[in-house]
Amino acid sequence: MNEGGRSVQPDTDAEPAAVSARCLGLRLAGVRVELDPAGGLVWAEEKLLVVADLHFEKGSAAAVRGLFLPPYDTGITLGLIEGLVARHKPERVIALGDSFHDRRAEERLAPADAVRIQRLTGACDWTWIAGNHDPEPPRELGGRSLSELAIGPLVFRHAPARGGCAGEVAGHLHPAAKVVVRGRSVRRRAFASDGRQLVMPALGAFTGGLNVLDPAFRGLFPGQAFHAWMLGEDRVHPVRGADLRGD
Amino acid sequence: MALVHIMFSAMLTQLADKAPTAPADLLPPAFAAWFARRGWAPRPHQLELLAKGNARRSALLIAPTGAGKTLAGFLPSLVALAARGKVPPGSASRGIHTLYISPLKALAVDIARNLDAPVAEMKLPVTVETRTGDTPAHKRQRQKLKPPDILLTTPEQLALLIAQPDAERFFSDLDTVILDELHALVTSKRGDLLSLGLARLRAIAPQHRAVGLSATVSDPLALAEWLVPQVAGCEVRADLVTVAGGAKPEIRILESEERIPWSGHSARYALPEVYAAIAASRMAIVFVNTRSQAELVFAELWNLNELGLPIALHHGSLDAGQRRKVEAAMGAGRLRAVVATSTLDLGIDWGDVDLVVHVGAPKGASRLAQRIGRANHRMDEPSQAILVPANRFEVLECRSALDANYLGAQDTPPLRRGGLDVLAQHVLGRAVAGPFVADAFFAEVRSAWPYRELEREAFERTVEFVANGGYALRSYERFAKIRQTVDGSYRLTHPRFAQQYRLNVGTIIEAPLLKVRLGGNRGRPGAPLRGGRVLGEVEEYFAEMLAPGDTFLFGGEVLRYETIRENEMLVTRARDEAPKVPSYAGGKFPLSTYLAAGVRAMLADPAEWHRLPAQVQEWLTLQKQVSALPGRDNLLIETFPRADRFYMVAYPFEGRLAHQTLGMLLTRRLERARMRPLGFLATDYCVAVWGLGDMGRLFSTGGLDPGALFDPDMLGDDLEAWLDETWLMKRSFRACALIAGLVERRHPGQEKSGRQVTVSTDLVYDVLRSHEPDHILMRATRADAAEGLLDVARLGEMLARVSGRIVHKRLERISPLAVPIMLELGRERVDGESADVLLSEVADELMREAAGE
Repeated sequence: MNEGGRSVQPDTDAEPAAVSARCLGLRLAGVRVELDPAGGLVWAEEKLLVVADLHFEKGSAAAVRGLFLPPYDTGITLGLIEGLVARHKPERVIALGDSFHDRRAEERLAPADAVRIQRLTGACDWTWIAGNHDPEPPRELGGRSLSELAIGPLVFRHAPARGGCAGEVAGHLHPAAKVVVRGRSVRRRAFASDGRQLVMPALGAFTGGLNVLDPAFRGLFPGQAFHAWMLGEDRVHPVRGADLRGD
Repeated sequence: MALVHIMFSAMLTQLADKAPTAPADLLPPAFAAWFARRGWAPRPHQLELLAKGNARRSALLIAPTGAGKTLAGFLPSLVALAARGKVPPGSASRGIHTLYISPLKALAVDIARNLDAPVAEMKLPVTVETRTGDTPAHKRQRQKLKPPDILLTTPEQLALLIAQPDAERFFSDLDTVILDELHALVTSKRGDLLSLGLARLRAIAPQHRAVGLSATVSDPLALAEWLVPQVAGCEVRADLVTVAGGAKPEIRILESEERIPWSGHSARYALPEVYAAIAASRMAIVFVNTRSQAELVFAELWNLNELGLPIALHHGSLDAGQRRKVEAAMGAGRLRAVVATSTLDLGIDWGDVDLVVHVGAPKGASRLAQRIGRANHRMDEPSQAILVPANRFEVLECRSALDANYLGAQDTPPLRRGGLDVLAQHVLGRAVAGPFVADAFFAEVRSAWPYRELEREAFERTVEFVANGGYALRSYERFAKIRQTVDGSYRLTHPRFAQQYRLNVGTIIEAPLLKVRLGGNRGRPGAPLRGGRVLGEVEEYFAEMLAPGDTFLFGGEVLRYETIRENEMLVTRARDEAPKVPSYAGGKFPLSTYLAAGVRAMLADPAEWHRLPAQVQEWLTLQKQVSALPGRDNLLIETFPRADRFYMVAYPFEGRLAHQTLGMLLTRRLERARMRPLGFLATDYCVAVWGLGDMGRLFSTGGLDPGALFDPDMLGDDLEAWLDETWLMKRSFRACALIAGLVERRHPGQEKSGRQVTVSTDLVYDVLRSHEPDHILMRATRADAAEGLLDVARLGEMLARVSGRIVHKRLERISPLAVPIMLELGRERVDGESADVLLSEVADELMREAAGE
């Protein structure tokens, strides 16, 4: 019911103390990473920030079909990334694919938004991982493009490998989780992980979530260690797999 | 021919009536002979409508159930068509003569069937056809080529018909539009859509007149205005024809030997007595307020059914085929009782009902009158009705409703101001029909009553929205759906948008539904479930509350929830006697202002208590001793500790919706006063807030004046802020977005596309709120929330009324009057706790683990 209640205001509180209170640590394939409630994953040791499924220009893609969603989604998603960058000051950023909603999304970008993307990609080592929505890299927005990227024990790709893969950080599925407390249900985007591999929540302002109990996730997290790390207003709430509800 | 029989049987006794205002010779000989053959005489209002027809006047007929409204509405058309005769062979076919619009498809079909009798028996050269969502494409096509004389349809079909490019030809001969059950149509967005459709129809076919048929309403003059084109600065209305009520109904409140429960809605305690009343009558309708109540009452009546009486169940969630069967059995007199929800409220005739039992409080005086009218469709015999209060507060409410019914008081809701989302849909429909010029179209829209005060600016922004989204950031101009051309007219840019319009027309937004399918594992536990028969549908939110293994009542059976598969809920039959989830999701109808005042007056006046059952009198007496009684014009609040919490209960009696808003606002204020409120619960009568801080102490020591807590200024900033972030707003926004065409309806077969593909309107809402809070859809959403959903105006009136008259009682323990809501607290879903608080509750244990890592 309560789909994606997070703030859509640009997130700019960059106090270091606030960072540690907001984020939640998680050991993933032996590596310590931080989960930010804005939906980013941070590997502090590597000064790396990972974001997934930005779906830039999803709004204007609908407008082409005559459904005039507000044209602000790209700007809002950029605000979230800028907030994450300001808080964590990464040297590398990986966008895990489906960064652009369709092949013509780049053409439809507002000039101001294109400039913001260029500023982000120019300020650090930026990697666009190819996704099914954006198999080809953007032409004029900077950054480099890869189909996947391995760093230490972790491998970053768009869609999770069939059957799962240790150390994999992927997107594509837009995980969301639902809990029911005293008759009220709360549904939020979430990181899905069993400590062995992880699926990132989608960051795009108009991207919905798929319940982690959906068959699409089947086989990825077979054990008891599976948790949904649900995104709250300013905290990440880890919830045991057994406590989650389907839609 | 049950309808005709019932409609006319009443006339037998009408012969000796007062002289009709219109002369009987208005009736052509063939009709007079037909009436005479049946031993009937036309009733005065039927003749009066005939006279209005001859004078080409639009008319509104207001009559109680059973007055022969429908025939009165059709008589002028039948007479005119009889005089017109057949189309000479070889000449072109004529267009529609009479268009009949009803809120229910089933009603249109029923009326078509019942018009057959007079048409066949008088051998009238009249063709009658229906057109609904179920009408096959080939029949629609034929109707376009060869229109019937009388077409019976729904508001949505009218919207589609006027958006056809050949609408002008189709309606060129239109003489009369008949609007049935108008009182039910005008209070919703369907009424807005209909009013715009009628305005268009008047532009296409200016020669036609309108006839409205309505049950008794509180403001008949406004309804008469609604029916005809409005002119700024003038009062224009249709002629009003009013039929006085028939014999006074005989209503009584069930006086049970049993103990009346404090809370709950099943009225189980009284059902043996209800069963006895059913057994003593010919055929009874047992009305309830919600589906789950219907299930409970039905199941319980069958438990008691020693005589094996044929008792059936009828509610909107049951499979349509099942419902038709029940209706047919009722019409044929094969049933002794039907347990029904509001699906039986509207005018379809059900045969020979002689008793109406109303389980639970009726919530409104007019609703009660209409439901009671279902019994005995003969105006001249008194209807028999029994009210069965389900709990003690409902005793007061029933008493007050009963008084109102004797006084003939009406509390139907006021007519609505037209929604901008509905206007947006109509604008696209107008463009689909052909190019339009803004000035003329604006004037046409303003001639519709709900839009008579529409401002040019709002109109233009709505047109902009339809054209390109109407955002401040004008980036969608190149994708425009309609565009102004050099001659100044607006035109559709691509025919595919016409198709999009047709697929999304209408204003009915159904709650997302899941099919309930009986699954089986053929007696092998653990084997995968196989899908069986579909039993009906439930709202998605209901399924959300269930965990696998939970049992609940549906269609009179106890079912076990197994799993959800796509858009289906798989269930198995359970052996349990008692379902685990009783689920009462709150009635759809809030307590009407009129009844609320009645209840307050009764509480405040112990001299009147002798009319109440002894148990209720004792309850109130005890309340008076240990605390105080709510007065007519004050507000009683009580505070008391219980377990490790502190409670505050306020008794405004303004209905659940108003109380929900109040609870939310109080919680915010108490938070600021550091009372650490944890949640609240609202009922129709009162609202309870609880928290960790001692509110009673705070009030008594002057830390916070309760007057300040309930100051009407809470409706200012607090309300605005809260409104914007509440899920109620999101729900209204979803409806507005669908109606206005911002997102598309999901059609059957599309469910598999998955949630991540469609854009959630909640996300769109968040974006609009932060970036363009004055967007036309946000305006539409706020208007909805303020008008219908939240009863804010009512809350404002209450706060102003009790200002300076707040009575605070600081108690050691719970008061008698607080018992019902405290009992509800144990089993109802609790509103008002923030999602993050709930989340951290689930997460806490893990947080502790995480901290210790």
